[in-house]
Amino acid sequence: MANLKNVTKKTKAQAMGMHTEVLTGRTQQKFFNPDEAENFYYFGTYDVDFNKRTDLDVKDMTAAEANKEIDNLMSQGYGTIVIKNPQGKHSIGVGILNKLNLIFEGSLGYFGIGSCDGPTVRINGRVGWSCAENLMAGKVVIEKNAGSCFGAAIRGGDLICKGSVGARTGIDMKGGTIIIGGDAGAFTGFMMQRGRIIILGDVGINLGDSMYDGTIFVGGEIGSYGSDAVDAELTKSDQDWLKRKLKVAEIGDNFDVSKMKKIVAGKKLWNYDNLEPTEKKGAI
Amino acid sequence: MCGIAGLIHRGKSSKVGHELQGMLQALKHRGEDSTGYALYGDTDGKNFIMRFKVGENVGEGSTSVAEDVSVYDERKKIVDSYLSEMGAKIVKEERTLPYSLRYEIEYDKKDLLEFSQKIESIPGVEILSMGKSLEVIKDLGNAKMVCDRYNLDKLVGTHAIGHARMATESGVDIKSAHPFWGYPFSDVSVVHNGQLTNYWNNRRALENKGMRFMSECDSELIAVYIAQKMREGASLEEGMKESLLGLDGVFTYFVATKDSLGMAKDTMAAKPLVLYESDDLVAMGSEEIAIRSILPQEIDTYDPFDGEVKVWQI
Repeated sequence: MANLKNVTKKTKAQAMGMHTEVLTGRTQQKFFNPDEAENFYYFGTYDVDFNKRTDLDVKDMTAAEANKEIDNLMSQGYGTIVIKNPQGKHSIGVGILNKLNLIFEGSLGYFGIGSCDGPTVRINGRVGWSCAENLMAGKVVIEKNAGSCFGAAIRGGDLICKGSVGARTGIDMKGGTIIIGGDAGAFTGFMMQRGRIIILGDVGINLGDSMYDGTIFVGGEIGSYGSDAVDAELTKSDQDWLKRKLKVAEIGDNFDVSKMKKIVAGKKLWNYDNLEPTEKKGAI
Repeated sequence: MCGIAGLIHRGKSSKVGHELQGMLQALKHRGEDSTGYALYGDTDGKNFIMRFKVGENVGEGSTSVAEDVSVYDERKKIVDSYLSEMGAKIVKEERTLPYSLRYEIEYDKKDLLEFSQKIESIPGVEILSMGKSLEVIKDLGNAKMVCDRYNLDKLVGTHAIGHARMATESGVDIKSAHPFWGYPFSDVSVVHNGQLTNYWNNRRALENKGMRFMSECDSELIAVYIAQKMREGASLEEGMKESLLGLDGVFTYFVATKDSLGMAKDTMAAKPLVLYESDDLVAMGSEEIAIRSILPQEIDTYDPFDGEVKVWQI
């Protein structure tokens, strides 16, 4: 791996005097160096072989034990892991930062697949609240229903639920795509900042409330619009993109995307300024 | 945080005490200051079952003041004399713990308001439940501790609701524990997860209408609110639907009557609920693991939407 500790070239942030604190103990100051990008990787990531497959029965394991065992299997090069008997346990499949084909034969509880970056996950069951929170990249497919806060604060990746989802889907999302085959609850897209949400069914009240940016596409009825959520014209390129996404997601065969509604931010609530963080620091 | 769970068997009876214990124990991480059960047992329907307390559990982190057992005995004697005065005959008497009693009573009047007011006029005495099927059992500790203490494992019935409590806005004591009896209605009980923000406004209005509050726990308001609506002639479902507008805050709650079980979720959908529904069983809880404790096989569950009210019959 890149020996980041020995990089002597100052980053722009360092040169501007933003990182002058002396760090001790286990904490290390690390900055991304483009010269080392080829060799850069996250800590705790592995080279895995998708053809190397194994089963893991988590029936009698705690979430921490199950996650540790998934990590252990990845370290042995397993690229396809089938999880048996998850039985609604919370916080399973979290913190996976490399490519991995992860299959759950059953349902997950809260905070499943949280903070992941890269895996392809299929859940042959249902998920509880806050599934795939903070997803950076990868693809997560849920075959049944999902709870509230589905895809909260995701930055990237594709999150697909073939059933219905609860309230506040895509809350605070900053990128990526969320696709819902069924209905969605209240406050869908609440405070979303970027990214796209596609709902083939109906949505509840306060759709897109206080959204900063991003786009929501709805195929069914809308309970009500939230503050600053407004209709926009569905363009030809929108329709092409929707068709492509639904096809890749294997959802909504023959769905007529031309009748979908497009909702965006009216941007009347915006209170952004044009100052960069460093300029702001100077201003304060 | 708190966790709630409920189940209803349709067309058959089961060991609901054991089943609910498993569901609530799975939710113990949501709070184990106290745990409560509202069990609807199989009875012949002739006599009333009155669960009441003559004091508080003062151990296990309780915020209550210790009293001598002789005080409990004195209160029990007064209860017995009042029952006799009102023409209620004690058929069977059980005293599981010094402060907790269960009476089977022959009492032929339907209006329990006067009856309850008389019994609860004794300082330190509270009726936990009154009904021909309902038994509310609540105490400090987690689900297994309470179940073992009151030997609830073998109770057979059709439906039940329960609550694992993390005390927040009121004390760690039995009076603030759920479920709450829908005083003065026979066989009505309520459990709640959430916070009500217009508690005092509603409480003052309901007290002016003659309703009673025994604790300062906001959840008690739901039981009293629904009871008042039913007193005014509303059905259970109508009362629950009106509560979505009348109660402010975030909540998911269950109400059970002698032959039905209902759930309501506020319009913000801020409190969790997972539901499983089949032809012969409905099971629901704050988390799916509660349902999994009685249905380990793969099942289809879902989250009810915001502002949803559902009622099932046995």
